[in-house]
Amino acid sequence: MIITKQKPFEVVLEELTGAKSVFLVGCGDCATLCETGGEDQVKEIAEKLESEGKKVAGSVVLEVGCHELDAKKEFRGHKDELAEADAILVMSCGAGTQAVRAVSDKPVFPSNDTLFLGNILRYGHYEEKCRLCGDCILDATGAICPVTRCHKGILNGPCGGTDNGKCEVDPDKDCGWTLIYQQLEKEGRVGEMKEYRPPKNWNTVLKPGRFVIPSRQKGGDEGE
Amino acid sequence: MTRVSNVLGIENKKPSIEEILEAGTFLVSGEIGPPKGPDIEEMIHHVDLLKDIVHAMNITDNQSSVMRYPSLATALIILEHGGEPNLQVTCRDRNRMAIESDLLFAYTRGVRSVLCLTGDSVPVGDHKESKSVFDLESVQLLNLIRTMEEGNDLGGNEMNGPVKFYPGAIVTPEADPLEPQLLKFEKKVEAGARWFQTQAIYDMDHFAKFMKTAREYPVKLQAGLVLLVSAGMAKYMNKNVPGVFVPDDLIDEMASAEKGKALDTGIKIMARQIKRIREENLADGVHIMAIGKEEVVPRILEEAELNITKL
Ligand code: SF4
Ligand code: SF4
Repeated sequence: MIITKQKPFEVVLEELTGAKSVFLVGCGDCATLCETGGEDQVKEIAEKLESEGKKVAGSVVLEVGCHELDAKKEFRGHKDELAEADAILVMSCGAGTQAVRAVSDKPVFPSNDTLFLGNILRYGHYEEKCRLCGDCILDATGAICPVTRCHKGILNGPCGGTDNGKCEVDPDKDCGWTLIYQQLEKEGRVGEMKEYRPPKNWNTVLKPGRFVIPSRQKGGDEGE
Repeated sequence: MTRVSNVLGIENKKPSIEEILEAGTFLVSGEIGPPKGPDIEEMIHHVDLLKDIVHAMNITDNQSSVMRYPSLATALIILEHGGEPNLQVTCRDRNRMAIESDLLFAYTRGVRSVLCLTGDSVPVGDHKESKSVFDLESVQLLNLIRTMEEGNDLGGNEMNGPVKFYPGAIVTPEADPLEPQLLKFEKKVEAGARWFQTQAIYDMDHFAKFMKTAREYPVKLQAGLVLLVSAGMAKYMNKNVPGVFVPDDLIDEMASAEKGKALDTGIKIMARQIKRIREENLADGVHIMAIGKEEVVPRILEEAELNITKL
C-alpha cells in the first residue's frame, strides 16, 4: 500500500489561505490504514478547520482514493456541497489528490505527504520493500530486493559500509545485502551471488507510466 | 607508456602504477584530498610535497559525500606538476553517461589508473538533500572500463577508438560479515580489477590472515593505512566508520603519548606497520592516508625507512 504522513496542520491551513469554504475528500484504503485520510481524520480536520473559521461544505471518504472513475461517480452525489466549496482538501496520497484533480475544476490541495510503497509489518508499522523498478530481479536475490533494501541500490553485493549487518546510512536498518547473503546461504545458493548483474534499465517504463492490461488492449474501451 | 598529459603537451615520464606493480616493486602511494572551494594553493603544495616521495597519489572524489574541488581536475594538476595520479571515480554523483565522458577526458589527458568505487551514501555528507545517482556501482564501473577498452560505450555504441586504463578497486578486510565482502572482492577481480587498495587496516594479524585468501587471486594489493592523530580519533573510527577497527593496544599506545606528542606516536605506529608489511611481505604496497596531515608524510616514510628511489 501507499504510505502517507499528515502535513502539519499549519501547513494545511496555509495551503487553504484563499478558501473560505472547503470540501474534504478521504480515502478508505491506504490513507485509512495510515490514519491520514480515514473517517476519523476527516472529522478531526473538519473540526480544526472550523475552529480556524473555515466552513466545511461537506466531505466524502472514497472507497479507494486513487480510483478516478469512482471519484467522479461519488462527486455527483455531492454536487451542491462541491459547488459551494472554494477548495478541495484531499486526505489521500499524491495519486488520490490527482484523481480528484482529474474530476473537478476546483482548486485542489493535499493534506498529506506521500512516502513510499510499503508493506504492513503490523498495524501502523510500514516498510519499503519494492521501488517498482519495472524489471524484477528477486529471482536472483532470495526474494529480497537490492534495489530497495540496499540504500545505494547496489546490484552486485555489499559495499564497504556494512557494519555488523547494518547499513552505513542508518544503524537501525539492516544492510540489504547482508540479508540477501544470509537468505541465499540458507537456501544453499550463495554461489549465485557471484553472478555479475549488469547495469539496470531504469527506463523500462517511460515516466509517467501508463499501462493497459492485455485483455483491454484490443477492441478499445469495452468496459465503460 | 608515455602519453601527452595535457593541452600544453607536458609528458608524464613517471612510471605508471601498472608498471610498478607488474615489475614487483613495492608500491607507495599517498592521497590528495581536494579542498572545499577555489583556493587550491595548499593542495598544490601537498602535490609538490608528495610527488617525488610516493609513486602515485590517489585523488578522492567528493569524499564522504562532501562537495569539493573535482578529482579529475586535481588529476590534471598532479600531472602538470610531474606526479602520477590515481583517479578515484565514484558512482554517487554521475550517471553512466557522465562517467563515460569523464573517463574519455581522463584518458586523453594522460590519466592511467582509475580506482573504481561505489561511493559513500549522500546522507553521510554535507549535501544531505541531494539526489543520489548510483546508476552504476563499483563492479559495474569496472565492467564499464572493460567495455570502453573494447572501444564501446554502455549504450551499445562503438566509439571512435578504445581507451586504456589500469583499473583498481577497494576491499574492506574488516567488513562484518566478511564472507559477502569476499564474494564481492571476487566479483571485482572478475570484472577486471587489476589491483586493490584496502580500507584502513590496523590489526596486522587479521590483515595477514585476510591476505592469505586475497593472494589466491591474480591481483596486486596495497594495504591502506590511515594516520592516527589521537586516541579519540581511533575510538571515533571504531564507533563510526564501518569496516575500520583499531585494536585496544594501539588506542592505549596513542592515549599514553605525552601531551602534544600524539601525532608523533601516530607516525611511529604507521612507520612500524609499513616496516612489518615489507618485512613479512604482507602486501604489494602501502597506500598512506594522512588525512589533513600531509606535511608529515615525508617523516612517516623516513621513519619507515622507505625511499622509493631505492626500491
Ligand atoms: S527488483 Fe525490487 S524494485 Fe524491482 S520490481 Fe522487484 S522488488 Fe520491486
Ligand atoms: S551497507 Fe548494505 S544496504 Fe547499506 S548501502 Fe551498503 S550494501 Fe547497501
